[in-house]
Amino acid sequence: MPPRMPIESGVPDPFQYMHPLMAKNYGAWKYHERPRPGVLCHTAKSGEKIWTVRAGTPRQLDLYTIRNLCDIADKYAESHVRFTIRSNIEFMVSDEASVQPLVDKLTSEGFPVGGTGPSVTMIAHTQGWLHCDIPASDASGVVKALMDELHEEFTHENMPNRVHMSTSCCQINCGGQADIAINIQHTKPPKINHDLVANVCERPLVVARCPVAAIRPALVNGKPSLEVDEKKCICCGACYPPCPPMQINDPENSKLAIWVGGKNSNARGKPTFHKLVAAGIPNNPPRWPEVAAILKKILNVYKGDAKDWERLSDWVERIGWPRFFELTELPFTKYHLDDWRGARDSLNASAHIRF
Amino acid sequence: MSKPMHDTPMLDQLESGPWPSFVTGLKRLANDEGKPYQDTMVDLLGQLELSYKTRKGYWKGGTLSVRGYGGGVIPRFSEVGDQYPESKEFHTLRIMPPAGMHYDTKILRELCDVWEKHGSGLIAFHGQSGDIMFQGAKSNKIQDAFDDLNDIGFDMGGAGPAVRTGMSCVGAARCEQSCVNEQKILRLLVNNFLDDMHRPALPYKFKFKVSGCPNDCMNSVQRSDMSVIGTWRDDMKVDQDEVKAYVAQKGRKYIVDNVITRCPTKALSLNDDDTLAVDNRNCVRCMHCINVMTKALSPGDDKGVTILMGGKRTLKIGDLFGTVIVPFMKLETEEDYEGLVEMAENVIDFFAENALEHERTGEMIDRIGLANFLEGIGLDVVPNMISEPRRSSYVNMVDWDEEAQKWNDRKAA
Repeated sequence: MPPRMPIESGVPDPFQYMHPLMAKNYGAWKYHERPRPGVLCHTAKSGEKIWTVRAGTPRQLDLYTIRNLCDIADKYAESHVRFTIRSNIEFMVSDEASVQPLVDKLTSEGFPVGGTGPSVTMIAHTQGWLHCDIPASDASGVVKALMDELHEEFTHENMPNRVHMSTSCCQINCGGQADIAINIQHTKPPKINHDLVANVCERPLVVARCPVAAIRPALVNGKPSLEVDEKKCICCGACYPPCPPMQINDPENSKLAIWVGGKNSNARGKPTFHKLVAAGIPNNPPRWPEVAAILKKILNVYKGDAKDWERLSDWVERIGWPRFFELTELPFTKYHLDDWRGARDSLNASAHIRF
Repeated sequence: MSKPMHDTPMLDQLESGPWPSFVTGLKRLANDEGKPYQDTMVDLLGQLELSYKTRKGYWKGGTLSVRGYGGGVIPRFSEVGDQYPESKEFHTLRIMPPAGMHYDTKILRELCDVWEKHGSGLIAFHGQSGDIMFQGAKSNKIQDAFDDLNDIGFDMGGAGPAVRTGMSCVGAARCEQSCVNEQKILRLLVNNFLDDMHRPALPYKFKFKVSGCPNDCMNSVQRSDMSVIGTWRDDMKVDQDEVKAYVAQKGRKYIVDNVITRCPTKALSLNDDDTLAVDNRNCVRCMHCINVMTKALSPGDDKGVTILMGGKRTLKIGDLFGTVIVPFMKLETEEDYEGLVEMAENVIDFFAENALEHERTGEMIDRIGLANFLEGIGLDVVPNMISEPRRSSYVNMVDWDEEAQKWNDRKAA
């Protein structure tokens, strides 16, 4: 028998799995309401309504958890679910009377119901020590520890506007832009195992990867290797993926940094990138308490000071960065001054001063 | 008899607390008597605990694929396989979900059954790239796992220098703000480039993301090479009775503070009779007022998409937003959709030919200039592509007259 070749079927058609009410009213929805945190009600032009109950998951799901979610969907919902971009699961029901028993069941099974409207929703996370080949930290553990702390903010809608968070285990930041992003920040140049470089790394390719041209070919102990100009090196770790013998991860010196004010949406202002506010935070498993403390401080100040509908970036734009650092009591350092390309656009070229 | 569990005092601390615990999930698999993955998960927990203790990762990559494809499998070999031999191979299959991430319980259970038989029992819904991540197959199980997933209608996603798995929002399936048929756009685009996905040969990754409105729930501006965002070009719709009802319910101050004054272009004002005046010529389709007054306000009828190019994260030159290359494209007829796919083909051809190795589209455009990129893919310059014109005078404008004539000719056409 000839070997089986793949069926190159691509992205599956969603209509075969979609809740029938959603398929029926596809492209014909009229408005939505949020009857309570974690629940959405969409009304179609036809007058039909669908209720969505949103619950948090750990993203890394074992078979038992998935099958349990399926059992809940079969018994308490209508056997159709979807996942959000932040790994929340959504159960759709066509009858309002089904909402409360579903919420109760999810809650009793340990799946927090929330993440809608002005809440802190699930943190977008990455692979970390569980599965990535270049991580300086974990992702699942950081998220679990922080979401334990933010559980109340997930299940309630008490924030000025929605809060999106992300966490990344290296400076590539695959967790993405967010209102608050928690990212690894290396502070030491890579440690090079010169015995391995020639056999493992394509040297010209590694040289080309460096954003500041700090890497050059060299002969070390008679072997072809690479060397790093440590004065130029910005410790970004870009050389590590193509050349694992250039170890950038360091249990002590790979720190965590917190960035705020990223926004994906075009609502009000244009999309924004997040900005550095805190760094030098120890990478401290299993619960990363130092990160949690700063995070909660920022969230509490935002919650207390921002106006309705202000995302974190809108709020800082109104109150200014001097007030942000004053209210959050975070140190302002020379490292907050950007020096990358285009950096002068981030400086205050005016006499607009806050007192 | 299964392998005894390793002591995991640090991971154990992640079993308490109100958020559901992935550690509890991993332990369930490690305690799953008689299952093919049981010992693998025992050792996986051991290695993860070691990472927590030493604060170091222990996976390295490699080269693995399934028959007929060059990408989509993320190989993971353990560097501490001598201590944790059962999980020394723990590879991931990136599998593309249905557009909009819709499932019924039947298909979810079938996916679970495949991974119970051939994998570790651990699945992520979903990875940052938008894939279902089937994590933890041994090398000799990858082909069987893929064949079974492929048989029930699922295909491999992207990895490496290739077109990657895309994402589209829930959109028209449930959202009244949807301006386009998101799932159709995503499937047309990605499914047209499956060869470039499954046989990686591009300079670097290329991502499509599709959001149905400028709220951009898929983060497409910041996270995709080609971002397709639904919008409209006629007047937004206002139900004045619902406006009045909302004012009556929330009060004028709330409306002024949270709707009128939050409009980025001052295009809104509240009339004396509590109806809303909209200066549609100056509305930039930011979505804020529509987000607040979901019953009273909605997008217009003349819908289409805005297309941006070049969004990406940090590596190598720093974060880049996608920027506008098509302010508005109507997507109504099949011909319109073909035009979109054709544009994507031009873009990817240009990228394949002109980008340096490991260079994303945004970096390529940054290096060669937007004007050269537009010329390469056959698009005309328009003012909606910029937030302001050139600041630097260091440029040779010798053929200014010809370029001005092009603009005048286009305007006259």
